[in-house]
Amino acid sequence: MKFSLEYITKSVDGWLNATFNPTIAFLIESVIVMVLVIALFAFLGLVLVIMERKVAAFMQIRLGPNRVGPKGMFQTVADTLKLIVKEGFTPNNVDKFLFNLAPFIVMITAMVAMAPLPFANGFQIWDVNIGILFITAITSVSVIGILMAGWSSNNKYSLLGAMRSGAQIVSYELSAGLSILVIVMLSSSLRISDIVAAQADGWWIFKGHIPVLISFVIFIIAATAETNRAPFDMAEAESELTLFFLAEYANIFIVCAVGATLFLGGWMPLHFGTGTAFNTVMDYIPGIVWFFGKTFLLIFIIMWFRWTFPRLRIDQLLNLEWKYLLPICLVNLLLATIIAIAGWHF
Amino acid sequence: MYRESQIIRNNTPDNYMVINVGPQHPSTHGVLHFVITLNGETVVKLEPHLGYIHRSIEKMCESLNYRQFVYVTSRMDYLSSHINNHACALCVEQGLQVEIPERAQVIRVLMDELTRLASHLLWWGSMAMDIGALTPFFHAFREREMITEIFEETCGARLTMNYICPGGVMADLHPDFQAKVKAFLKQLKEKLPEYHELVTGNIIFQNRTKGIGILSKKDAISFGVSGPTARASGVSCDVRKRYPYELYDKLEFKEVLEDGGDCWARYLVRMEEINQSVAIVEQLIDHIPEGDIQAKTKAVLKLPKGEFYSRVETARGDLGVYIVSEGGTTPYRIKFRSPGFSNLSAMETMCKGGKIGDFVAVMGSVDLVIPDIDR
Repeated sequence: MKFSLEYITKSVDGWLNATFNPTIAFLIESVIVMVLVIALFAFLGLVLVIMERKVAAFMQIRLGPNRVGPKGMFQTVADTLKLIVKEGFTPNNVDKFLFNLAPFIVMITAMVAMAPLPFANGFQIWDVNIGILFITAITSVSVIGILMAGWSSNNKYSLLGAMRSGAQIVSYELSAGLSILVIVMLSSSLRISDIVAAQADGWWIFKGHIPVLISFVIFIIAATAETNRAPFDMAEAESELTLFFLAEYANIFIVCAVGATLFLGGWMPLHFGTGTAFNTVMDYIPGIVWFFGKTFLLIFIIMWFRWTFPRLRIDQLLNLEWKYLLPICLVNLLLATIIAIAGWHF
Repeated sequence: MYRESQIIRNNTPDNYMVINVGPQHPSTHGVLHFVITLNGETVVKLEPHLGYIHRSIEKMCESLNYRQFVYVTSRMDYLSSHINNHACALCVEQGLQVEIPERAQVIRVLMDELTRLASHLLWWGSMAMDIGALTPFFHAFREREMITEIFEETCGARLTMNYICPGGVMADLHPDFQAKVKAFLKQLKEKLPEYHELVTGNIIFQNRTKGIGILSKKDAISFGVSGPTARASGVSCDVRKRYPYELYDKLEFKEVLEDGGDCWARYLVRMEEINQSVAIVEQLIDHIPEGDIQAKTKAVLKLPKGEFYSRVETARGDLGVYIVSEGGTTPYRIKFRSPGFSNLSAMETMCKGGKIGDFVAVMGSVDLVIPDIDR
């Protein structure tokens, strides 16, 4: 029997429904999910920060953190503890309510966006029929959090940073959305489980010809820009807001997970053809390993960008989006439509 | 009291914004203060304000004798200490009318070129860092470290080296010198293609530098710009070629010229100069003649009454040393013509009309060393 997380979720759900009445069972399930998501985010924050520092060290021929724990693995734990015991600081003349609320909005949108993501077969919080639309809608709310932080800080530099960041995220959301549309069209569904199921015999990046390759590249560029990372790290507003660094990594995880799900088949194992021995071997690797493997591959690529590329100027950044990526996306969408209607994809 | 902010506020039209870059700012590579007037993101005016690291080196030199003052000059352009010392030594030797032994000459040229390499490597890293790439800095320092080690072995210091003195050099070369230099050259040649792959070929880097901060040939001449910055505007001004000193007329190397005048051209000139310096070191490293390292000079040097001027090519341009002597043991007046000062004066021409983001790129490409400007 192949290992699947579906058995665990199904049996927990069955037991709860058999023991309590449906309302209480639902409430308990909600609490379990909330705790798991928060735990996952805390864990991701720790893992991604140490990963970033190790990747940076690797690129820069340094050692990176190597004192706390084996190979410095507990460095972020120590750093987080240090941050927690530090004094909470709110500058004078800020709008206290908005200033403290802003990071939570960014953080919560990242957590909510996780709802329709399938981590493994059947291991999904909410398989809503507009899943991918839901994710794009929710992630665009985080702009409000960033603008709110810039505005409430009552500081012209923070406001400028937030405005730049907002302009950048709003612009690049178009490209991200259009490149996602290509996949939606090919799988003819917005439901994420359908999109993953459509990739059972091969990931879209292999099946979808050139349009999918183009949209994959554009999606990665847009994802880098949307998370405000180098070479698109114009906004410096987040540097004075404590929770934003965690939110940055949460957002990276979300966009990379979406990319992995749409283009690289999510939890689907790597298959070549049908019924070969290779496919059977691949099937034995659990879906959750595939999902996190692909996501972390994309995260590594985005980190790789940051530590090798110079930074774009703000006008070049916006030109790139409006003059190049958006027209390419539109033409690409047309191509993908033709392919989807004619059924030319594999 | 001198209040810049007051003066600026009174003299700036309403739609302009004034921002201060520096004196503590990562992009100025030191304590240099720019007051930039902006119209939106476009630079309207750029004023450098100097004096934050003024140590009155020229005045100090007037009370030091001709052996002592050389050492102070290592602190001017700290990235080309050897070359600064060389310029001073040349000026004093001109007054003393001494012939330098051939071995000392070869050692001096070798040290000059190694210094130039070290300086250009550091510039490459910091230019990439200004434009936003953090990694090249570490790669540049990996190679620069080898040069620093060579210097440390030979003259005991890693940064402000004092090795070249009037009459020759202070000490003989370390026995490992040749082997170490050869190892360094091998390593550098191996890694240079990597440099080009990482930065030169990068499309973002090219977009940030091509057509940015243009300095025309005419402007370059009228501002007295020298060194790689001027050569990128097509001005042939390499002192090593045009007014050869020491062995430079016997060596084979090219004066690198570009005619773009933008940051990209300045980048290309410096990158090619690395190759030229490597070529010079390669020509000399196997042919260091035996002999004395110092000419015979008196313990206390006295220059005859008169005026003496010498010029050398540092990593940043034309460094001139002007000594007025009254015949005593200390100079009556001394003046350094530092390349950075003239190059800085052209900054406004380069930045005007450009974006504020380009200012950082221009700053990186001009390669200013602030203690050299503010002596």
